Amino acid sequence: MTEKKRKTAIIRIFHVHKLYGAKKALTDITLDVLKNDFLFINGPSGAGKTTLLKLLYRGEPVSEGQILIDGLNLSRISRKRIPYLRREFGIIFQDYKLIPTKTIFENIAIVLEAKGKKRRFIEKKVNSLLRTVGLSDRMDAFPPSLSGGEQQRIAVARAVAGDPKIILADEPTGSLDDESAGIIINLLKQFHTRGATIIVATHDRQLIRETGGRVIHLTRGQLHSVTFQQTEKL
Amino acid sequence: MKLFFQKAVHDIRTNRFLNAVTIITMALSVLIVSAFTLFIVNAGDMMRYWEKGVQLMAYLEPDIQASVYLEIKDELQSIPGVAKARFISRMEALNQLKTQMKRQSSILNGLDKNPLPDAFEIHMATAARNLEQMEALANRIESVEGVTEVEYGQQWLGRFLDIFNLLRLAGYAIGGIFFMAAVFIVANTIRLMLYSRQEEIEIMRLVGATDGFIKAPFYIEGLIQGACGGIIGVAVLFLAYFLVVSSIQQDFSSNLLTIRFLSPGTFLSIILCSMFVGWLGCCLSLKQFLKV
Repeated sequence: MTEKKRKTAIIRIFHVHKLYGAKKALTDITLDVLKNDFLFINGPSGAGKTTLLKLLYRGEPVSEGQILIDGLNLSRISRKRIPYLRREFGIIFQDYKLIPTKTIFENIAIVLEAKGKKRRFIEKKVNSLLRTVGLSDRMDAFPPSLSGGEQQRIAVARAVAGDPKIILADEPTGSLDDESAGIIINLLKQFHTRGATIIVATHDRQLIRETGGRVIHLTRGQLHSVTFQQTEKL
Repeated sequence: MKLFFQKAVHDIRTNRFLNAVTIITMALSVLIVSAFTLFIVNAGDMMRYWEKGVQLMAYLEPDIQASVYLEIKDELQSIPGVAKARFISRMEALNQLKTQMKRQSSILNGLDKNPLPDAFEIHMATAARNLEQMEALANRIESVEGVTEVEYGQQWLGRFLDIFNLLRLAGYAIGGIFFMAAVFIVANTIRLMLYSRQEEIEIMRLVGATDGFIKAPFYIEGLIQGACGGIIGVAVLFLAYFLVVSSIQQDFSSNLLTIRFLSPGTFLSIILCSMFVGWLGCCLSLKQFLKV
């Protein structure tokens, strides 16, 4: 990737504040996320990591300030355009958020169905993704029959199914054992090398040390510092 | 579209009990409303049949000259709405009465004088066969010189029309009530399904599904519920029509009571209306649920 491309900001956050009633969740956040960045949002529980991610995919509106996603100002986006904005993102949650009544195949296919893709394309794409995450043999299983690590791999496959520009992961390894966490991070790295911008919200410093990348530190809703973490091979 | 239809059918299968209850309730509503429709259609037919047979009798003054009859007849026939006027002499009327009374006609033999007046039997033009026009026509005929009284069974016809109109009004009211009840039941079913799938809908929204994509299967579900309810309701009515109504018709072997089933057009309208109810119920729930 060229240096010029790397320096283009895909997300621009200007003086963003988020209030829940009188409670301040985020205060005056200003930040640029570059294209193909691997960014960690680090901070203790309650620091505002999840809130910041929610603001990005318009899960919540900002109370003050501006957010631009690939040049699109979220404050000016109509309610009808929100689904189209969300297709720019692949979102991974700590609790996986898979639909328990749908099969693994259906859980991933839903992203492509929502985009109006043809059945044949969907089958091909989902099968390929299941191979990538190593769960081809479980496509007809239902999420509750899978382990936590397997469910999170499915969540990763779903997140990347629509070829999003940005992948947001909220504590993706929070409830996983080390081995499963390693698999998830490797998958994220794979998609990063394919050109996606990855933002991971985590309180796990060890994960950051092992993975490496730009790290922003949040404390009580405020941007404390921005650092760069080199990968530490353990 | 195929995908939405498949999703809707899958949802119906998954929530069989809830859907069955909704379809049965809709079928009952359709059954009651279409039974009323059937009654109104047939009562209307009967009214038209009776109106067709209704004649006016114009009784003449007792001491009128025979030569004037032709003039009266001409005048009566010139009145708009009168199709034909036939003279019935007092003798002919008495003979008719005797024939009708059969064995009791001997009572009439004791009469020293024929008490019946001369009269004209007036047939009305088709266009004038309704109560209001009949009344106007009767007043006009009564104003003809030589005519003393006009009779056309106004009291019983008026009363029957009142009852018929009342029943028709009751039919509309019941139809309206059942329509609303069905809409709310469908809305409630869909709402329950929406609550049970709240998490799924939330996930769909997070992966970029539009409201239309989320709503479409529910709308199809509502339409299927409506169609099924409508078809079952009308089918049950059809069965009842054969089992109950046709036996009544056999008892009344005269052609006075010819009960017919709903026309294919009405049948289709009822099913379409039922589908509309399903769609409307969905619309109400989805609007409320996806507002947030």
